Amino acid sequence: MRKGLVLAVLLLAVVAFTVHAQGEPPAQTDLPDQADPVADSRSVRPPARARAYDTPNDHGGSITLEWEISPDDGAPASPVTGYDILRSESRDGDFESVTGTMSGATIGTDNSAEDGVEYYYQVVALAAAGSSDPAAAGPVAARQQWVDWTRINLLVISVILVAAIITYVYLSTTRDLYIRKIAGLEAVNEAVGRATEMGRSILFVPGIQDMDNVQTVAGVAILGHIAQRTATYETDLNVPVSRSIVMSVGREVVKQAYLQAGRPDLYNDDMVHYITDEQFGYVAAVDGIMVRERPAACFYLGAFFAESLILAETGNSIGAIQVAGTAMPTQLPFFVAACDYTLIGEELFAASAYLSKDKKMLGSLKGQDAGKAIAMVAILLGVGLGTLATITGNDGLMSTFRLLRRLFSLNF
Amino acid sequence: MEEQAMLATPLAHAIGVWIGALLTLMIFSFLYKDNPFYKFAEHLFVGVSAAYWMTVAFWTTLIPNLFARLWPSSMGSVLPAVADNQREWQYAIPLALGLILLTRLVPRIAWFSRWAMAFVIGYAAGTNFTRYLQSDFVTQVQSTMVPLYEPQATTMATIGNIFSQIVVVGGVICAIIYFYFSKEHKGGFGRAARVGIWVLMAAFGASFGYTVMARISLLTGRMDFLYQWFTGANW
Repeated sequence: MRKGLVLAVLLLAVVAFTVHAQGEPPAQTDLPDQADPVADSRSVRPPARARAYDTPNDHGGSITLEWEISPDDGAPASPVTGYDILRSESRDGDFESVTGTMSGATIGTDNSAEDGVEYYYQVVALAAAGSSDPAAAGPVAARQQWVDWTRINLLVISVILVAAIITYVYLSTTRDLYIRKIAGLEAVNEAVGRATEMGRSILFVPGIQDMDNVQTVAGVAILGHIAQRTATYETDLNVPVSRSIVMSVGREVVKQAYLQAGRPDLYNDDMVHYITDEQFGYVAAVDGIMVRERPAACFYLGAFFAESLILAETGNSIGAIQVAGTAMPTQLPFFVAACDYTLIGEELFAASAYLSKDKKMLGSLKGQDAGKAIAMVAILLGVGLGTLATITGNDGLMSTFRLLRRLFSLNF
Repeated sequence: MEEQAMLATPLAHAIGVWIGALLTLMIFSFLYKDNPFYKFAEHLFVGVSAAYWMTVAFWTTLIPNLFARLWPSSMGSVLPAVADNQREWQYAIPLALGLILLTRLVPRIAWFSRWAMAFVIGYAAGTNFTRYLQSDFVTQVQSTMVPLYEPQATTMATIGNIFSQIVVVGGVICAIIYFYFSKEHKGGFGRAARVGIWVLMAAFGASFGYTVMARISLLTGRMDFLYQWFTGANW
């Protein structure tokens, strides 16, 4: 009975409040927080000429939208704060926001599209009080392109470089190819000889990167040459590594070298041994090996980081002859300062061809030189054209200069 | 219980600081000469880090990148986000290559592991070709292709700009000549190569100074840690 009375009173109170509210005068529309949304949407005019198209030269999953900015955008104290891009799979369906842009933008990209699905888009201008009417676009579907035409220049350059390398590799089978003397590489044989005379071991460090780094690949290739020498001279070889794959590859290379030298009996797997992946743990262990075994020659050939100076200084302290080689620009100064010989960048990659005198590798090296010659000619041509075009103000020269620069751009 | 937990954290922290400080001193003792303390720290570091990286590789590579893609429902207990994913059969290829690599453990078929290694090296050469072509060749050529003369706001600025452009273009050309292996470094070509190596050494000098400063800051950080340990500030 009492509950029923309370419910009845509450019901009456709600009805009375509703009737009272309906009877009140309408809210003042000039107050921003009580503004009519429909009226506000008309206060910001919509963007125009929206169009949607599949993003070109991509791997799919992306649709690009372009539009002309709202007439209210761009003016001083513009009410437009940005643009919202909405998407639906049907023209009259529910549109959901997929991405947005800042005010003043005329292009946006929806990177969440599914390939092959047709989408309808709406672009609306956003304002503090609400959004504009939409500008519609679509239907459009995303798809994957087989060729990225913006990179076609890279393909052309690649083809030219590869053709040069193949040509020289072919020429190497019919004639002797000249390669100039590289001082640092002559030192490799000298260091092996010295270790043999002193009856001490050789330490080879192939860097701290994995086999997917070309510097490690180059270092391991030189390891093969050094291993052949140590096999011939019966010198101990110690190769501590910091990557398991490098250990596997290193063992194969050293084993092959000992076989080629006719001394498979001298080979054992422990010559190439894993320490740890941890950079400074590896360095601590290699330093320990250096001061305890006191190798006569230390080779650091591969990709190095902060450990370069620690290794080279420890090697220096034990009086070892040291040959280093890396293409890491930040570590080269340390090797130059602390080692007897340093292979700088490209010299490291040339080393395996130079040391082995393998005709195919020498042909490859000559092909790379052809690439360098092309680069020099292109630079000099571009600099000459650009300078002349600036001095004379000739439009034709300037266009040619720009075209040449575009040929060497990442977005042709 | 809560009080105990609250006490345990600072205690564990203090123990960690002591271990860290003592191991730091043990490693620094190498500056004097090789000694048992250094050997202890070295072996501890190597052992712990090797085990740590193996665990990291297992949980960050094998589980999410291989097992979770081949057997997503079975991995649901450790990676709930992948439980409903579709099986991705293409990941059977890396699995097969990984297993092939393990054939090294059986001497009779150890040669089989070369296939996996060849794949890794071939992949590295192929992907790096385009990467280096873009970053080290195309971009370098384009960046160096600049007019030597570009009018600036003032005459002095124009002269400075011309000098700067000549140094950049000349330096790059001479450095490339240094790395050109098909011609002997004699005469004008040799002189250009010599300028190239000077340019390289100047760049190395700048890099050396910059990196040494960064290393000094690392040393300062370690010394600060030891000082705080010595004074008990970070216990």
